[in-house]
This record gives sequence, structure tokens and C-alpha cells, in this order.
Amino acid sequence: TKTRDSFATKMNDLVAKYRKVDEEFFEELEEILISADVGVETVMELIEELEMEVKRRNIKDTSEVIEVISEKLVEIYYGDDEQEVEQLNLNENGLSVILFVGVNGVGKTTTIGKLAHMLKEEGKTVMLAAGDTFRAGAIEQLEVWGDRVGVEVVKHSEGSDPAAVIFDGIQAAKSRGADVLLCDTAGRLQNKVNLMNELAKVKRVITREIPEAPHDVLLVLDATTGQNAMSQAKTFSEATDVSGIVLSKLDGTAKGGIVLAIRNELSIPVKFVGLGEKVTDLQAFDANSFVYGLFADMIDQSTSADE
Amino acid sequence: MAFEGLADRLQKTIQKIKGKGKVSEADVKEMTREVRLALLEADVNFKVVKDFVKRVKERAVGQEVMESLTPGQQVIKVVKDELSDLMGGEQSKIAVANKPPTVIMMVGLQGAGKTTTTGKLANLLRKKHNRNPMLVAADIYRPAAINQLQTLGKQLDMPVFSLGTEANPVDIANQAIEKAKEEHHDYVIIDTAGRLHVDENLMGELQEIKESVNPDEIFLVVDAMTGQDAVNVAESFNEQLDVSGVVLTKLDGDTRGGAAISIKAVTGKPIKFAGMGEKLDELEAFHPERMASRILGMGDVLSLIEKA
Ligand SMILES: Nc1nc2c(ncn2[C@@H]2O[C@H](COP(=O)(O)OP(=O)(O)OP(=O)(O)O)[C@@H](O)[C@H]2O)c(=O)[nH]1
Ligand SMILES: Nc1nc2c(ncn2[C@@H]2O[C@H](COP(=O)(O)OP(=O)(O)OP(=O)(O)O)[C@@H](O)[C@H]2O)c(=O)[nH]1
Ligand SMILES: [Mg+2]
Ligand SMILES: [Mg+2]
Repeated sequence: TKTRDSFATKMNDLVAKYRKVDEEFFEELEEILISADVGVETVMELIEELEMEVKRRNIKDTSEVIEVISEKLVEIYYGDDEQEVEQLNLNENGLSVILFVGVNGVGKTTTIGKLAHMLKEEGKTVMLAAGDTFRAGAIEQLEVWGDRVGVEVVKHSEGSDPAAVIFDGIQAAKSRGADVLLCDTAGRLQNKVNLMNELAKVKRVITREIPEAPHDVLLVLDATTGQNAMSQAKTFSEATDVSGIVLSKLDGTAKGGIVLAIRNELSIPVKFVGLGEKVTDLQAFDANSFVYGLFADMIDQSTSADE
Repeated sequence: MAFEGLADRLQKTIQKIKGKGKVSEADVKEMTREVRLALLEADVNFKVVKDFVKRVKERAVGQEVMESLTPGQQVIKVVKDELSDLMGGEQSKIAVANKPPTVIMMVGLQGAGKTTTTGKLANLLRKKHNRNPMLVAADIYRPAAINQLQTLGKQLDMPVFSLGTEANPVDIANQAIEKAKEEHHDYVIIDTAGRLHVDENLMGELQEIKESVNPDEIFLVVDAMTGQDAVNVAESFNEQLDVSGVVLTKLDGDTRGGAAISIKAVTGKPIKFAGMGEKLDELEAFHPERMASRILGMGDVLSLIEKA
């Protein structure tokens, strides 16, 4: 049942493995979180706070510590923000423009295909703009997704100015009365200053056409990425004011724990997670199941050890 | 939080023990703690770090460090030496088959850089080794993957073998090699679809291709930004395919690249090439020494050792 599978129950299983809340317990917790790419600094802060809480409340029993762990993790994740920030920021009476940014190969184009499908299922008219004019086969790739989902793709030829494609995309979307325009861009590493300036220009062009646009700037992060994701989040935010994260490739064994630190430090929420290469493999982010995922291996181990 | 290199991290401890005639075990412990943190922040896998720090500690409490006048620098030197040992020497040779064509297979996770590296390797083989490679489009899954490789082929003016997306990758690979023999290509580079190391079906497909074409090289392509999961990926690909080498891509970024250590530690396979950009001439021989300095915090480490 749902209740049995809930996060708290799983955490129960986990802590049941340890009779005492001792050094060994905290060591394993530290390793689990570090191996999930949460980042040493965040993990050490968390463990320190936990140890203090445990002392303060005089907790000896492992089952009592669950509550504290969940509290802390959720606190780190949400900070002072409202949960609504995880929703897509759509303009209900007119065109919404969503800009996709990120380093090379993280899943931008694929996520656009999946999100187009999701929005279309909700009854919206969606269009795509092929703003990656650089990478070999990038335009064709987006066109395949357009065909798959059944939405129109606005494109120019390879090597043309990305800002011009996006500009045309907006004009086309306006004249067709589309609800949402999803804009693809070429992957770029955040330390390439020229390419980051190019991206800032793309964003300016969008804002010039529609003052409140882009309604969302989604940074796609590959869950396999380690600590560099923090630098990606910082630099892409400086260039394009990122409003949300898509955490892709969570169907692998990587956990993407760095988004906890990103949320904590930069207050950028995760809005979606990518769980595969199919058109339906995109889900709204759920902090509880994400946090559970961080511990999944540990819990599996402890439950199988019980059997 | 700016990344602190190992040198910065050790500076404090070094200052503290400067005046002392001798270092205590507690001092060494403090220093190895900083080593651990620096490596973890650079994305070296925590298990690899654990073993590594243990080795460093053993050497650091030895005479060479404890009795040195500059113990802090000595610890850095030990770390650097151990890391260099672990990373091995430079190995950017590509196999040559007794009977051409030499067959190279590119494998790895989604988006790692296989297709781009296929083009880069072909370019390198022609430019540096005067070879005449053929590219093979065996990724039938990713949208426009064939198109991508064909575009690269056009840029390089090199043939790309394809049977479209309806054919089976094993057949594609086999027929490509026949064609390469007919047309006297001395190298065949097979671009395969990205896949998860835990995807049994798709990993099985790679094993089938391998058994069928018996490649001379299997290159595992890994993104240099990979975090703790690099060990799972590398171990798993290597167990299932016995790869012959690794290509680390996207090293033109600002990642520390600790995955390099993890991959080397768990597979023992050499990292042969480094991807340094998106363009087809941006592939370099991999330099283990430089990588070790990069992971530890670049040149400042070397200058500290020089002072030792
Ligand atoms: N397993 C898995 N693969 C994914 C996911 N999202 C994308 N991919 C794959 O990752 C690879 C790269 O995806 P793209 O969408 O081309 O990435 P991109 O960011 O547009 O790449 P560039 O435009 O080259 O920078 C493709 O093989 C996708 O099928 C995911 O959630 N899970
Ligand atoms: N900056 C940089 N980008 C790279 C490098 N190697 C590959 N890329 C980029 O990374 C992205 C993914 O590269 P691909 O060659 O399509 O990766 P792949 O492994 O074939 O991807 P799939 O076939 O989808 O699994 C593209 O945007 C490439 O241009 C590199 O060394 N540096
Ligand atoms: Mg793309
Ligand atoms: Mg490819």
C-alpha cells in the first residue's frame, strides 16, 4: 500500500538497522549522502545539526531520529520558499515562452519533447523553436520530437543566429495563437563567456518581444553530474536568471543530490525530473520521493538484511 | 562556496606546524582530513577516497614526512605521488589490427559525447596517423542520431555507413565491416546509442555487437563532470564489455574532474584521450600528471611542492 511505502516507513526500516544513534550511524548517513552527490559541505552541516539536535532532545533511540532527519532534509530543500514555485509559471491568457538552457548533452532537447507532450495532453497548443543551430543534427532531432508529439517546429538552417530563430518562433506562436512556445538552445559549458553572452542575448530578444517573458527559464541538469552542477546553476543564473531546474536521467543509478545544495544556496527549485528517453518519461518533482531516493540503496540493504 | 584546492586547505595546518620541530600524528590526521575533503569536493568517489587517504596516511606517518623540515609540503608531495601512481603514465596509442580494418567501438551513457568523439577520433586517425577511417551509425534509437553522424562525416569528408533505423545494430556493424574491407578502409569506428549501465537489454546488445565484430578497441566515453556515480558506470561497463580504454570528455569546462581517479581506480583501464571542445579537432592525448594537478587545485600545488 501507499502508506507502507511512504518515506517515513522506509526511514523506519533504515534506522531499525541501528540500535543506537552512534558514531557509526552518522558515518553511514554521511556516506550515503555524499555518494548521492549532495556535496561534502552540505552533508557535514547537516550531520552536525543532526548531532546537535540528537543531543539537545536527548535522543537515544534510532526511531526518534527519523523525524529529525526528515525535518532537516525538507528544511534544506524548501528553505523559506513556498511550494508553489515548483509549478510551471504559465501565462493563462496568452502566449507563454519557456527557455531551456544547460551544458552539453544534459537532455534539453529531449525534455522539450517530453514537456511538449505533457502540455499538449493538458489541452494546450504548443510550438517549438529550434534555437540550437550549432550542434550537428540538433535541428533534425527537435523535428523528430515535433513529429512524435505532433507540434509545429520553427527552424532556420544550421549555423544561423539563434536569437533570430527564437524571434521568429515568437512571431509564429503569436500569429497562430499558441499557448506555449518551448525554446531549445545549444548546449554550452558555463565557462565559455562568449556562448553565455549569446544566451543572455537570446533571453533579451524574448523579453523585448514580450516584456513578462520568458515565463520560465529552465536549467537542465544531468543527475549524473557531481559538484560542477553548482557552478552551472550559478553561472547560468547570472546569464539568464534561471527560474527552475529539470533534473534529467534520474532513471539511472545517480541520485542528483546536488540539487539540495543548489536549492539551499541559490533558492532555485527543481520543477521536473527526467526518468527515461520516452515521451512520457517526465514527471513533476516531488521532494519526498526525491529524498527517499537518496536513501533507497541503504534501505534496500537493510530490508534485505532483515529477510 | 568557492572551491578550495588542496594547497589552500593545507595552508592553515602548514602554518600551525611551521615552528614545530616535529609533526605529531594528530597533525597528520588533520592534514589527511583536508586531503579527504579536497578529493570529495573534486568528485572523487568516497570509497576511492577512503582507500586513498589510508595509503597517504600510512606514508605520511613514516619517517620521510615526520622528520622533514617541511612536513606540510611533504604530505602534498605524497598525495601528488600517490595520485600520479594511481593515474598511471600517458597512453594514447590506438590499437592496430593485424588484418585491417581495425575496429573501434564507442560506448557510454546518454549524452557523454560518443558521437562527437567518433568524429574526433576519425579526424585524428587521418591527420596524425594518415589513416582512412569509415564511421558507422549504429545508434538506431536516439532521434536524428544517424543524421548527426552523417553531418560530422560531411564536415570531415568521410564516409558514414548506415542502414537506417530499422536495421539491427549487430547487422549494421557486421555489414559495415564487410563494406570497409571492400573499400579498403583501415579503421572502422562504430558509434553506438547511449544507454544506462543497468539497462540489461541494451547492454546485451553491446555484448552481441562485441562478440560479432570482435573489436580491437572498446572506448568507454565518460563526461568529466560525472560525480559519485562514475564508479558504478565505469565498473559496470567494464564488467560487461571489458573496455580497452576511456575517453574523458568536456574537460574544457571548469570541473575538477575527480571522476578520472574513480574510473581509473575501479577499472584499472587507461584514460587515453581528453575531449577539449565541441569541434572535431578538439581531442587530445590524456595527461595523467596534469589531471592530478587539476583535481588537487592546479599549479599552486606544484609550487608548494617545489618549496619543499
Ligand atoms: N536515460 C535517460 N536519458 C535521457 C534523459 N533525458 C535525455 N536523455 C538522453 O540523453 C541524451 C542527450 O539528450 P539531449 O536531449 O540531446 O540533450 P541536450 O541537452 O539537448 O544536448 P545538446 O543539445 O547536445 O547539448 C540523449 O540520448 C537522450 O535520449 C532521461 O531522463 N533519462
Ligand atoms: N564542450 C564540449 N562539449 C562536448 C565534448 N564532447 C562532446 N560534447 C558535446 O556534448 C553533447 C553530447 O555529445 P554527443 O556526441 O551527441 O554525445 P553522445 O554520447 O553521442 O550522446 P547520445 O548518442 O545521445 O548518447 C554535444 O552537445 C556535443 O557537442 C567536449 O569535449 N567538450
Ligand atoms: Mg539539444
Ligand atoms: Mg550519440
